[in-house]
Amino acid sequence: MRVRITNGRLLNPADQYDEIADLFIADGRIVARGTPPDGFSADQTIDASGCIVTPGLIDLSVRLREPGQEHKGTVRSETRAAAAGGITTLCIPPDTDPVIDNPAVAELIIRRAEDAGYARVIPLGALTQALAGEQLAEMALLRDQGNCAGVSNACRPLRSTRVMRRAMEYAASCRMTVFLHADEPSLSQHGCVHEGLISTRLGLTGIPEAAETVAVARELMLIEQTGVRAHFCHLSTAHSAQMIARAIHDGLPVSMGVTANHLHLTEMDIGFFNSQCHVLPPLRTQRDREGLRSAVANGHIQAICSDHQPHDADAKLAPFAETEPGISGLETLLPLALRLVDEGVLPLMDLLAKLTIQPAEILGLTDSGTLEQGARADLCIFDPRQHWVVEPEKLLSAGKNTPFAGWELKGKVTHTLLQGRLVFSSETPR
Amino acid sequence: MSTRQIQLDSGGQLHHFISIEGLSREILTDILDTAENFATVGTRQVKKVPLLRGKTIVNLFFEPSTRTRTTFELAAKRLSADVLNLNISTSATSKGESLLDMLHNLEAMHCDMFVVRHNQSGAAHFIAEHVAPHISVINAGDGSHAHPTQAMLDMFTIRRHKPDFTSLRVAIIGDIKHSRVARSQIHALNILGVPEVRVIGPQTLIPPEASHLGVHIYHSLEAGLQDVDVVLTLRLQRERMEGALLPSEAEFFARFGLTEAKLKLAKPDAIVMHPGPINRGVEIDSAVADGPQSVILEQVTNGIAVRMAVMSMVLGRPPQSGEESR
Repeated sequence: MRVRITNGRLLNPADQYDEIADLFIADGRIVARGTPPDGFSADQTIDASGCIVTPGLIDLSVRLREPGQEHKGTVRSETRAAAAGGITTLCIPPDTDPVIDNPAVAELIIRRAEDAGYARVIPLGALTQALAGEQLAEMALLRDQGNCAGVSNACRPLRSTRVMRRAMEYAASCRMTVFLHADEPSLSQHGCVHEGLISTRLGLTGIPEAAETVAVARELMLIEQTGVRAHFCHLSTAHSAQMIARAIHDGLPVSMGVTANHLHLTEMDIGFFNSQCHVLPPLRTQRDREGLRSAVANGHIQAICSDHQPHDADAKLAPFAETEPGISGLETLLPLALRLVDEGVLPLMDLLAKLTIQPAEILGLTDSGTLEQGARADLCIFDPRQHWVVEPEKLLSAGKNTPFAGWELKGKVTHTLLQGRLVFSSETPR
Repeated sequence: MSTRQIQLDSGGQLHHFISIEGLSREILTDILDTAENFATVGTRQVKKVPLLRGKTIVNLFFEPSTRTRTTFELAAKRLSADVLNLNISTSATSKGESLLDMLHNLEAMHCDMFVVRHNQSGAAHFIAEHVAPHISVINAGDGSHAHPTQAMLDMFTIRRHKPDFTSLRVAIIGDIKHSRVARSQIHALNILGVPEVRVIGPQTLIPPEASHLGVHIYHSLEAGLQDVDVVLTLRLQRERMEGALLPSEAEFFARFGLTEAKLKLAKPDAIVMHPGPINRGVEIDSAVADGPQSVILEQVTNGIAVRMAVMSMVLGRPPQSGEESR
């Protein structure tokens, strides 16, 4: 199968390539840009006039809900939503049911994703068995037989610093990256919103900034001691981003990410108990949002993720603290990220790097997140000028839970290709 | 989405009563004036007015309460409404029936008003958002969020003793952080124009960013009581000792318990209030609770008139002048 993408503006952060040029694909790989290889004849031509052609997005935190919570979403429904959002690689935390603490569960999810055919799924293996925080999971087996790109205890904090230290040591010796959710549970327990104005006004139990910063500080010390490579998945406070930026400056092997939600919303968006804004870590202050935006702008935050968590309607229909946290974010990731460019936070090329090549590097993927010759032909083609209004019921994800309902966003995916195969087109009926 | 929109109907009239926050001084004053009209009903031979005859009011209590439920029930009966008391332990709702299913079942029985108490902040707001439009919701206390009828009966009691809110200094003592009563009192005092509202307690019981609510923070009872006109004490929940918030009841009483000696720091004609039930010897000394400056029992009496006022207003039947005092 040979594909030619014509007249698009190719934007490739990996080598800072920005030209209106054609892209040539054969057998699922990129074979040339600009001029066709000798004897190339396309089986399919995609006209990308007026559009931006960029590597398929790589989202470092996506819950598919399968196995275990198929009433909220399935591998098929959520990878299809990902394709509609221009996302071609999804990194899956291990807190499925059963937990990804043995290769069979990882294989199951990968196979289901392959059968569905919309996106590539890369699981993270469990750090500890059943995520219980007591015994180490079989990290090497998860890597070798389960194709896990790293290990994580997802959002189940370890209660023992000793176990965390051992897990980091062991992961380091397996040369696996540890994906961390910085949370000190004794400080965050029972909390559902930022501890500050909003918790005081609404009488909800707050999660103090220290729940994150204390965990970041402790984890950084352990990273320094064990030498493990670590990625902080999604930070919520300006203070922790500063601490990690300093650690990066000091040469520690760490990286950090943020959700698109935390770059646009604050605690004030909760208003009067809007459960669509119930998310963990919680939405914090305006100052935190600005701090996270600066960390994105100055390059310390390398990845922007959706932290996609689809829910059934009932999960959000209860008094605030009893609702389930999380936002369905796959289909709003790209336009929310693009909004940062419009708001002057950073240039388009730098932004796209945080959705493509930089998360690829965090996952250790050498042939993804770039439009260079030989790379996987995973592509996102989007019209940067098209406006659309978020209507939850029109999302392809099974989860209609979004706080961005009614927001007018700019930038719409027109085509998504996975290994050279069209997996989404806005022209075909949905 | 705001409480203001949800509490008021399109004509700006009170349709639900969920939170003091966002209401105007006019509406609060209207409640107080209406309550004044009802205050005499309880002292009459026939303690009833026919304003809500034919209306059905459901007391939906997900959290145990004797006093609040009783005064709501009395208020409803004195307005001639039919009253249904439902005490629902949270274990019953966890049997699988969701809160919404239960509400829709009650709606189907053609009720007109839900009086809701729930241990979750935001529960009354949630219910108001999801009930059929003809049903009014009154918040009888939700988690640590709000207890607006309690705050209004406190305002009513204050106004009877100190008619001009704009010249008052008011202190609230104790566990502000977990108190729905304190939150509603603070909003009401600010909206009614009280120039200085103080909160007094240890840092562990003062919520973060409390000053944004419009209060001055004191960690010393002696300093905070200086020259105040009204002293609002709060109940200290026993479970606060467990979360490492306080060392002991004895230490709390020593630092923040209201005694006769400490009360002397306030203005000589200061009044002392408490929402009940009182922990004698923890937040307040018996000599003060039963003393000449205490208006605690008046609060209970006034609670009925204020709840009658709110119920009649949300159901669109405030008393016409003359009707209530016949």
